[in-house]
Amino acid sequence: MLGEGILKGLGETARNFAGSFVSAERLTTVQYPEERAPVIEDTRDFPFLVYDGSDWEAGLRCVACQICEKECPPKCIYIVKSTDKKPDYVGKPQIYPTRFDIDISVCMSCQICVEVCPFEAIKMDTQFELSTTDRFGGLLYDRKELARSNEYYHSIHPTEAAEVDARLAEEKAKAEAKAKAAAAAAAAKAAAGPAATAAPVAAKPATPDAPATAAVKPVDMETKG
Amino acid sequence: MIEKADQIFVLLAHWLVSFLPAGLQHVAMVLLGVVAIVATFPALFAITVLLERKGLGRMQNRYGPNRVGPYGLFQPIADGLKSLTKEDIVPFKADAVVHFLAPVLLVVVVFMGYAVLPMGRNMTLVSMDAGLLFFFAIGASTELSVFMAGWSSRNKYSLLGAMRAVAQMISYEVPMLLSSVAVVMITGSLSLNKIVEAQNQYTYGLPHWYIFTPWGFAGFILFAIAATAETNRSPFDLPEGESELVAGYFTEYSGFKFALFFLGEYVGMMGISGLGATLFLGGYSAPLQVLNFVPSWIWFFAKIMLAMCAFIWVRGTLPRLRQDQLMNFAWKFVLPLTLLNLVVAGMWRFMGNGWLRWVVCSAILLLAYVLMARVGMRKERFGPRIYRYAE
Repeated sequence: MLGEGILKGLGETARNFAGSFVSAERLTTVQYPEERAPVIEDTRDFPFLVYDGSDWEAGLRCVACQICEKECPPKCIYIVKSTDKKPDYVGKPQIYPTRFDIDISVCMSCQICVEVCPFEAIKMDTQFELSTTDRFGGLLYDRKELARSNEYYHSIHPTEAAEVDARLAEEKAKAEAKAKAAAAAAAAKAAAGPAATAAPVAAKPATPDAPATAAVKPVDMETKG
Repeated sequence: MIEKADQIFVLLAHWLVSFLPAGLQHVAMVLLGVVAIVATFPALFAITVLLERKGLGRMQNRYGPNRVGPYGLFQPIADGLKSLTKEDIVPFKADAVVHFLAPVLLVVVVFMGYAVLPMGRNMTLVSMDAGLLFFFAIGASTELSVFMAGWSSRNKYSLLGAMRAVAQMISYEVPMLLSSVAVVMITGSLSLNKIVEAQNQYTYGLPHWYIFTPWGFAGFILFAIAATAETNRSPFDLPEGESELVAGYFTEYSGFKFALFFLGEYVGMMGISGLGATLFLGGYSAPLQVLNFVPSWIWFFAKIMLAMCAFIWVRGTLPRLRQDQLMNFAWKFVLPLTLLNLVVAGMWRFMGNGWLRWVVCSAILLLAYVLMARVGMRKERFGPRIYRYAE
């Protein structure tokens, strides 16, 4: 019968209309500033720099290796290497970034910088309310604005951060074991022939963290870029 | 007291006019009426738009606008301010004069329709003997404005929208006129006041509205369909089909001119609702005799707002028709039924007062409806397309 479908449809919309006033689960809208949808753990938008400890400048994990700067597809990262070295969070002297700028108006949130970073120094943030009245300076973040503590990292990506911490601890333990072994070997050598090995022993104190420097090695190769 | 409340606007106007010299009183009276109409209907338009946005939202299980003021009640003010402060862009190649005149003409024309509508007892601005004719004649001018807008914009979407609009409006004007002719036949007058008075009688406390007769019911449904199409409302909103024509004939309008089109559309809808209420729903008369103490103008505006709610409901329900469906529906279904309805109205008039005319008239209309639905609107079934390739 002609018109039956129309009546059925009118009934459906009337049911929706009345139902939306009585049952809350019909209304799926999350009224944003007051209500928020729960954030998924793997949410990401823009990168930030992780630091350990409480002082952001001293604890920055970044060693200014510039891999992320080179890999960044839209070229939104700008890094200036320091000329001096300064002890990092474990006390080892490292180069550090005197400038680390990310233009988040250019960033495309691809996470490649995070994937290439060998030091777990750059991670993705979940903070999305970044509107500003200055579209040039306001969206160009320097290293201070980018620095976030490891605790913050744990709070936004708990699983990932725990993995990272475990990996870092493992690497550290390995490095320490290796250093210990090297020291032990050196000590044995020194005990065997102190006269013959006088020169290597003198060089030894610098090598306890040899594996760590080895890890830095690929980073140091300066490409023509 | 009841009488005073019923005539409050009339008395108010007379009181205001009494301060003027006798020579000016007549002119001032008309001007007052015009000002009242031009002030009332945009206010109703604001309410309707809010109602529509919130109602449609609820039909789609959304909240609708709820940010500006309590429950979003000030949303129309914000919308109005926004449209006033927006830049008015006229396309470089557009015919600037016609482009400017189109929205003005639309608004003027839709407001002129109200001149003959009886909005309450003694509340007709111009009591014309041929009020219905005037309304339709003025209503037809909206097509001109639509076409002016589409043509002067120099935009293919505007022009396509205007062409569609004109084709649709002319097609549906015919059934709309014919469905109201039935009322004229029964009443014997083109005067809207007389049409309302004819319906403003009660037996057993029930009104003599024309919708409560077989031909009136059919006529009302047909009139409602035609009015929906005439005002370019969904599901007949092809002229402004957003998904295919950007915004149809007002694609190239921005700022307040756009708002004027918007206003014109809604005020036109209200005008046609008012006409429908006058013709079939007893105009300003109360739905029950016991409710006669409520002022007549309240009933008129209640009926208009009810019709607007129906428009919103239909818009929230039905998808847009295709152009050929639209035309088929107008010429193959609505038009034959309105013609038949004229015959039925004539039979009703001459079959006396018994129960027989109820049975006969209802049977004819029902039968015609079923037959038309079965035969006239039958889908042509195309088999699978067979391709024949050259050998």
